Amino acid sequence: MERPLTRNFRPDGPFDVKEYEKAGGYEALRKVLTGMSPKQVCDEVRASNLRGRGGAGFPTGAKWAFMPPANGEDRPRYLIVDADEMEPGTFKDRLLMEGDPHQLIEGIVIGGFAVQADVAYIFLRWEYKLAEKRLRKAIAEAYDSHYLGRNILGTDFNLELYLHVSAGRYICGEGSALVNSMEGKRAIPVARPPQQTESGLWGRPTLMNNVETMCNVPHIVKNGAAWFQGLSVCEDGGTKIYGVSGKVKRPGAWELPMGTPLREILEQHAGGMRDGVKFRGVLPGGASTEFFGEEHLDVSMCFDSLAQVGSRLGTGSLIVLDDRTCPVGMLHNLETFFARESCGWCTPCREGLPWIANILKDIEEGRGQPGDLEILEAHTRMLWIGRTYCALAPGAMEPLKSALRYFRDDFERHIRDKRCPWR
Amino acid sequence: MIVATIHIDNKPYEVQEGDNLLSACLSLGFDIPYFCWHPALHSVGSCRLCAVKNFRNEEDTRGHIVMSCMTAVCDGMRISVKDPEVLEFRASVIEWLMLHHPHDCPVCDEGGECHLQDMTVMTGHNYRRTRMRKRTFRNQELGPFIYHEMNRCIQCYRCVRFYRKYAGGRDLDVSGIHNHLYYGRFEDGTLESEFSGNLVEICPTGVFTDKTLRKHFTRKWDLQTAPSVCVHCGAGCNTIPGERYGKLRRILNRYNHEVNGYFLCDRGRFGYEFVNSDRRIRRAHLRPGTSDRSAELEPSSKEAVVASLEGILANGKRPIGIGSPRASLEANFALRSLVGPDRFYTGMPESESALVSLVLETLTCGPAVSVSLREVELCDAVLVLGEDVPNTSPRLALSLRQSVRRRSLKIADKHCIPLWNDRAVRKVSQEAKSPLFLATVAATRLDDISAATFNGTPDEIARLGYAVAHELDPAAPPVEGSTSEEHVLAACIAGALKAAERPLVVSGTGCGSEAVIIAAAQVAAALHRVGKTAGLSLCVPECNTLGVGLIGGGHLEAAFKEVTSGAADTVVILENDLFRRADAKLVAEFFKAATHVIAIDHLFNQTASHADLLLPAATFAEADGTFINAEGRAQRSYRVFPATDEIRESWRWLYELMQAAGKTDLPLWTTPDDVCRSIAESIDALKPLGQVAPPADFRVAGLKIPRQPHRYSGRTAMTAQVSVHEPAPARDADSALAFSMEGFHGHPPNALLDRYWAPGWNSVQALNKFQSEVGGPLRGGDPGIRVLEPAPDREATYPESVPEAFSPRAGERLIVPLYHVFGSEELSAVSPGIAERSPGPYLGLSPDDAESIGVDEGRNVRLTVADVVLVLPVRLIPSLPQGVTGLSVGLGDLPYVQVPAWGVVTRAKAGD
Amino acid sequence: MLSDLVKQEIRSRVDRDHPEAVAVEALHIVRNHYGWISDEMLREVAGLLDVDPAELDGAATFYNHLYRKPVGRHVILVCDSVSCWIMGYESLVAHLTRRLGIGMGETTADGRFTLLPIQCLGSCHTAPALMIDADLHEELDEQKLDAILAQYP
Ligand SMILES: Cc1cc2nc3c(=O)[nH]c(=O)nc-3n(C[C@H](O)[C@H](O)[C@H](O)COP(=O)(O)O)c2cc1C
Ligand code: SF4
Ligand code: FES
Repeated sequence: MERPLTRNFRPDGPFDVKEYEKAGGYEALRKVLTGMSPKQVCDEVRASNLRGRGGAGFPTGAKWAFMPPANGEDRPRYLIVDADEMEPGTFKDRLLMEGDPHQLIEGIVIGGFAVQADVAYIFLRWEYKLAEKRLRKAIAEAYDSHYLGRNILGTDFNLELYLHVSAGRYICGEGSALVNSMEGKRAIPVARPPQQTESGLWGRPTLMNNVETMCNVPHIVKNGAAWFQGLSVCEDGGTKIYGVSGKVKRPGAWELPMGTPLREILEQHAGGMRDGVKFRGVLPGGASTEFFGEEHLDVSMCFDSLAQVGSRLGTGSLIVLDDRTCPVGMLHNLETFFARESCGWCTPCREGLPWIANILKDIEEGRGQPGDLEILEAHTRMLWIGRTYCALAPGAMEPLKSALRYFRDDFERHIRDKRCPWR
Repeated sequence: MIVATIHIDNKPYEVQEGDNLLSACLSLGFDIPYFCWHPALHSVGSCRLCAVKNFRNEEDTRGHIVMSCMTAVCDGMRISVKDPEVLEFRASVIEWLMLHHPHDCPVCDEGGECHLQDMTVMTGHNYRRTRMRKRTFRNQELGPFIYHEMNRCIQCYRCVRFYRKYAGGRDLDVSGIHNHLYYGRFEDGTLESEFSGNLVEICPTGVFTDKTLRKHFTRKWDLQTAPSVCVHCGAGCNTIPGERYGKLRRILNRYNHEVNGYFLCDRGRFGYEFVNSDRRIRRAHLRPGTSDRSAELEPSSKEAVVASLEGILANGKRPIGIGSPRASLEANFALRSLVGPDRFYTGMPESESALVSLVLETLTCGPAVSVSLREVELCDAVLVLGEDVPNTSPRLALSLRQSVRRRSLKIADKHCIPLWNDRAVRKVSQEAKSPLFLATVAATRLDDISAATFNGTPDEIARLGYAVAHELDPAAPPVEGSTSEEHVLAACIAGALKAAERPLVVSGTGCGSEAVIIAAAQVAAALHRVGKTAGLSLCVPECNTLGVGLIGGGHLEAAFKEVTSGAADTVVILENDLFRRADAKLVAEFFKAATHVIAIDHLFNQTASHADLLLPAATFAEADGTFINAEGRAQRSYRVFPATDEIRESWRWLYELMQAAGKTDLPLWTTPDDVCRSIAESIDALKPLGQVAPPADFRVAGLKIPRQPHRYSGRTAMTAQVSVHEPAPARDADSALAFSMEGFHGHPPNALLDRYWAPGWNSVQALNKFQSEVGGPLRGGDPGIRVLEPAPDREATYPESVPEAFSPRAGERLIVPLYHVFGSEELSAVSPGIAERSPGPYLGLSPDDAESIGVDEGRNVRLTVADVVLVLPVRLIPSLPQGVTGLSVGLGDLPYVQVPAWGVVTRAKAGD
Repeated sequence: MLSDLVKQEIRSRVDRDHPEAVAVEALHIVRNHYGWISDEMLREVAGLLDVDPAELDGAATFYNHLYRKPVGRHVILVCDSVSCWIMGYESLVAHLTRRLGIGMGETTADGRFTLLPIQCLGSCHTAPALMIDADLHEELDEQKLDAILAQYP
């Protein structure tokens, strides 16, 4: 089985530019710059069925095609890589940046060429210090080797790449908030329209993609869309880095074919539950996805099949809940996170989430009251898509909504017994 | 306009395609609750209260919730404004906002006119379910105008959006994140923007309230109100003053689509307290023993004063009358009728008279047409010549701030972004600005949005204007000897004006230069000649400068001469403190030469103290009156409450004097309408005055328009400490308004609209119900009539000569006037809040000049102009051109100095 | 008072086309140099960038890492997100607060440590985790933690 994204990973640190080249690195870029038009690159990516790995799964090729055609005058055009990974339970982008920084850079240059960007940024969260260090080194090497800067590989294509370290907030990962943050403002999302491809950073055409999305690009270009499509075991192309955390035997991350069944990830790769604990449920794609129970373990982990069973692939990061951990406590933890990270722009999210967190705390600490669950349930409807300004709050409702369904008895027992049975 | 048919709860309505759905629904009369949206600030979609349900088509029964403020109307759209899910969601939004709201309505200044209260009632949320503790905030001390109570905040972002984005203020912003947002300054301190008072109306709850009102608080429903016009500058903003117990309590904005729209400046909003001042003249006064004027004025009975006047007017030589640009048309005209047109003086000094005549001539001869403040906002290239607009006509400055957004709106339109989608517009346009060029003596508070600024002497400013005119039309006289930079600038300005769809030239009397006004007219004329319709906006200093200018009469110096030469010995001075308009020595000589000085005014001032006979004049709050603003719009202002003591309208005093003087051919004046009719008959330009407002006998269904709301409380008890019998309400024979709560409570003609209220809408937002479409003109047309229209197709002519280039004089400096929004205007400066914001008198020097004189900021210098010597502290003004010195105007007890003029500045001597 | 060095660094970051964009970065620089951003420093940065301090504070109080209150010599950022919570966050914090004698958000009396919560550090598979200054520490338990704390004088 091919593992293009992680095949260069070494325990003693990432490849430098020479090693990366030796392993076939930057060949895709060379191929693009010497023989392909931007449109051909876009078409190849579109044909590959690559879908965005940032959580929403938007077809990447289609997004690239939204960029208005470059006429040489309306410069600059921007490409931003969203490396703000802060979705609880998610650590795939960190591994990719730490494990093979040149792969990301190559993806960026190819993507930059495809959409005729002039400037690219990696928007990196502050806490990823090791990734920062390795990226800085790799970027410097790439400049030295003419993979970045002016006249890349002797062609007339120019691209500057900057590493922008965020001052920290989950909402910065949301595309439009990220742009505000880069502009030195408070990171408040901005509703579409305008699309970022039309008016993003400084009002200029801007393409934004996730780290993992961009890392796939060199392989698609190098090996072709059909090859990429062939990597997966479902409609969507490629491999996916699935992560597992919680009380499993071997928490970690693995690059597997897109569409690998949940059970395989959990039992084969993560080694199943630790001794002494039993599986109770799993958030399949990070903190803002819906819980799955036993009955869903055979679902194939890809965008469409998860949507069909009412959850989302999200970041493909599994968070496992076991029978020794209180689901109410877990929900309280999750909603406290979302409440804290609300940007404060819209009322439902700003005021609703802290209320939810407060009720969950009360229930967990034995102060729950009849009627609390109805209030929580109402919130799962009231903070839904379209009612809040951006997707943060609806994301926060996904685990809550499903938890109220799956773990109803636990919630009710807390309220009835006026205490947490796990404490 | 493309008409779209939409179905609201299955009934078809016609609306404008692309319009904002919330605004369209409100315009159709639906009650959709909202907070963050405002007709002038548009949509940002943050509060989420304005939810409606959108259905894909007729078959779609589930629909999905959308925010109406973020949705564009499109043909065939099907929505519900009362779907159960929608109602549930809206109630939830209020519930969330109420989680931390202190519920302190009984002690909150906003109570009873609170948009949050209205919306809470409207959505039906009423039961508190949370057990959370409420979060609390620290309040800030924000200066004399605004009181801060952050706990009431519902985080709608309106305040900062208005303050920063709309009004260009900087020192208020939001900090914090998630449910801990704080709207305030970085630290305690006075809000700097001169538009801060609008926060009172912008804030949908009681976070920002009127601190002046707080000092004599009255609920909205207990205020007696009337439609009024601001008397503190020439813009003529419409206001709603409120009174109780004979005291003026506050001023609110009165919407006039063409004039001030939703906003006032702080001078206009907080300048009202002079009405309540201890310095008010409340009784007639007489000076006993008239020969040497050594005796003090003494209060006297009205009858005694009139009797003594009878003697004076009947026996003296014919009296002269000195009118006033701050008095109404009625008052000025009454004075003119008393003394006769040839003995009526406008009360303006010669220099100002000349400027005002020039303004009138320019506006009546064309070709450029004066524009309203709303039209200013539509202009996409602006040249300001000479006028420090933020200080002389602040509301106009606010409109200029909107005009530079034209380019942003155009860009947004190109991107198919609806213009009401505020954040998207700002995003795609990157706040691109249309050109605003500022040629002023020194920096102004509009510099931050200007494309280019030019600071120079009035003549240099005029020359720049001429140069622009010449660039536009080579037939205009060329300007010789200008620098290449001036050339480039002129060409650049000309290019921008020419490229614009609606160019605008702004100027005025502010820098005291006829050349500047002529230059502005030239630019407008040249634009006209090259096929552009240019707007013209000329600032004038006072609320009725143009009115008294149209009545016409001699200038102040001529009046002085009339008396000092002995041609007249009696003078009647109307609402005018001559010491603010002429050199103190001249005024003193004048008073000395006059045998009888009769003054009619509101406040004890220097002129009043020189009078032999003093009559208490009603202020705008106690007198009806008609004023003509800088645009040339005649507007009627109505008294809010009946005058007390012996205070009466000036025109009534003067009418009585006419009778006392034994005039035979007296017209019958019983109401202001009668006076206006006489004015219309005798002054051509003021012919339309008869239509300025509904006549006094106007009734709706036989009813008058009550000044008191139907919830006015305590009527039977208000004066119970005096008598337990409820007094009959004061009668008002002068207008269709009544001092009562009885009458017609619907929508009267807009000139008589004295408050906004509609069922369910107790806050200022009730205004929506009075507009033809939300944010548009008032239903039935905005009040006021334009009296100055240029004759059509007048051709522009150019003057022969161009002012000389500025040449500094050895040992002398050009002294130019500098104005202050707070302090330079006479009446508002008496109000404590304004006084607190007003700087003391000073002399402005460029740092280089200060250094060459050898003085620092704050040190005293000695200024000699003509034979006036003043000792003043220095203020360093980096933008002042070298050799030019700025003299603060009208501040404190600074005596009048006629500027611009040449003067000498030296270091103050020890004894100074 | 900002040192000339800091001012220099801020000025060098100003992008000519978008001077306002440097706001957050400038505050970052100040924080990196002084550990936190005092009112005085914020006012100075605002002056350098020609923005009102109110506006700059809007940004400063939005982000996590722009501390507006003084912190200790070392800042301990304990991941309190879901995976770490499942894997023993609570006992880790209990141990820390006992050891240091401070609660979350507080600084030890000797000014050595400040204890703060942080969102998911991307160490979910090696939970529980925390950061001290710029160093990530993973798979923690009480003994390991004691040894680590000892490395930060
Ligand atoms: C609250 C919120 C946080 C997000 N955080 C991230 C993030 O940290 N990294 C990321 O790549 N995308 C994040 N996203 C998704 C981005 O908005 C965006 O969809 C994504 O970066 C697009 O890239 P893709 O098409 O390659 O997936 C977030 C979205 C929301 C609503
Ligand atoms: S849902 Fe609203 S408050 Fe929450 S993060 Fe998005 S915009 Fe901000
Ligand atoms: S009015 Fe529509 S969201 Fe606030």
